[in-house]
Amino acid sequence: MDERAGRVLRLITDEPVRGGDGDGVTGVLRRLCSAAERALSAQGVGVSVGAEAGVPGVAAVSGPACRALEELQFTLGEGPCLEAFNRRRPVLVPDLADESPGRWPAYLPALHEQGVQAVFAFPLQIGAARLGTLDIFRGRPGSLTAGELRDALTFADVAVTTLLDGQAQAPPGAAADGLDEVMGQRAEVFQAQGMVSVQLRVTLSDALARLRAHAYAEDRALGEVARDVVARRLSFGSGQS
Amino acid sequence: MTTVSAERLATLFVEVADTLIDDFDVVEFLQMLTQRVADLFDTGEAGLMLADHRNRLNFMAASDESARLMELFQLQYGDGPCLDAFRTARPVTNVNLAAAAGKWPEFAPRAAQAGFQSVHAFPLRLRREVIGAMGVFGSATELDDADTLIVQSLADVAVIGLLQERSIRRGEALTEQLQGALNSRVIIEQAKGVVAQAYGVNPDEAYALIRAFSRNTNRHLSEVAATIVNELPALPNLTTR
Repeated sequence: MDERAGRVLRLITDEPVRGGDGDGVTGVLRRLCSAAERALSAQGVGVSVGAEAGVPGVAAVSGPACRALEELQFTLGEGPCLEAFNRRRPVLVPDLADESPGRWPAYLPALHEQGVQAVFAFPLQIGAARLGTLDIFRGRPGSLTAGELRDALTFADVAVTTLLDGQAQAPPGAAADGLDEVMGQRAEVFQAQGMVSVQLRVTLSDALARLRAHAYAEDRALGEVARDVVARRLSFGSGQS
Repeated sequence: MTTVSAERLATLFVEVADTLIDDFDVVEFLQMLTQRVADLFDTGEAGLMLADHRNRLNFMAASDESARLMELFQLQYGDGPCLDAFRTARPVTNVNLAAAAGKWPEFAPRAAQAGFQSVHAFPLRLRREVIGAMGVFGSATELDDADTLIVQSLADVAVIGLLQERSIRRGEALTEQLQGALNSRVIIEQAKGVVAQAYGVNPDEAYALIRAFSRNTNRHLSEVAATIVNELPALPNLTTR
């Protein structure tokens, strides 16, 4: 794991637990939002989850004002988070005053009212497996610095592995191990994901969760398990081929 | 290569520029570019990698399977010309593989075994940043200074392709495009897995099917890949025209 990922993970673990934090994924995500808020000098940070498995919704926020802003995007059906999700890439708006009012006609005034001047939305995804978005609201205009941008993308990586662990019902703390293997960008892992999704007739993120659960249970590296799947030495489900 | 005619060069740049139109697919564009670069050499293949926010290179496109393997070797074993070009921001040219075992103990013998004799690599640069690298793997072809400049210019064109948004002045546009492009590549790998499983073929054969389908139906590669993974289990029939 690189230095930045280690530091970001520490920021999240060091973030104190609040009353009302759930024990599972949502609790971790709430602490992630608060840690990101502090690290990125943001006014608020939220994680919304979509879609693949059902209705999109707000999973965690750093504070109540942010929850309203996150929820409003779903109510209005527009906003940077939905756009990042739909376009499968970050939507970075360093100065909302520069934005054409037509981009998010109903949402922009709401941001303005809350004193938000810049928004940075990052999709939580692995290829076509889309889990949600991480949204950073800032009370002053200006771009994220190169270092802040990398931090933000790393917070997004941790959010992805946390959500995947939630699906896989992995033990707590697995996110740290998962970060490298899932984000390692190895072609075989993605190919195996596609193969297993056909074998089990499940979504891509479920397929990845199954692959990781298998690797964990057998105490093997995810990449090794993926190579076995691609080479057809290992098959999930009893179906054809 | 040594001295390409001015006419051929002009045609080449016009062809490349011609693909930078509104409706444009980054992965397809980079693939086309690697093919054009390979065509400049009598016997040469080219591959291209882009860096993610963790400063790790990711495979994006190659002119053929052998060049793809050369790129993947470098990623897997952590040495090789593209990694050097990426780290130093300078072209690496005219390296004789037979004498490069000291320089790249992992990559050089594997590339030589695959039948290559020489390698060159070029950084993909944007202002002071290096965002990736392009490798050229070939026979004993020597590049002179003029040749090096030509291939480096084509590498620079790849960067322009990534900045193809209208608002080039926005530093954010590159991050948005780059993250989108990296994710498109992941979707292609997932689609290869889906097709490999559904058709009982290996991932390379699956890729050939996907590419042929994309050509025959005149649809973008990334779009076809996304359709394949999203429309599971109603997979489009890739073998019909």
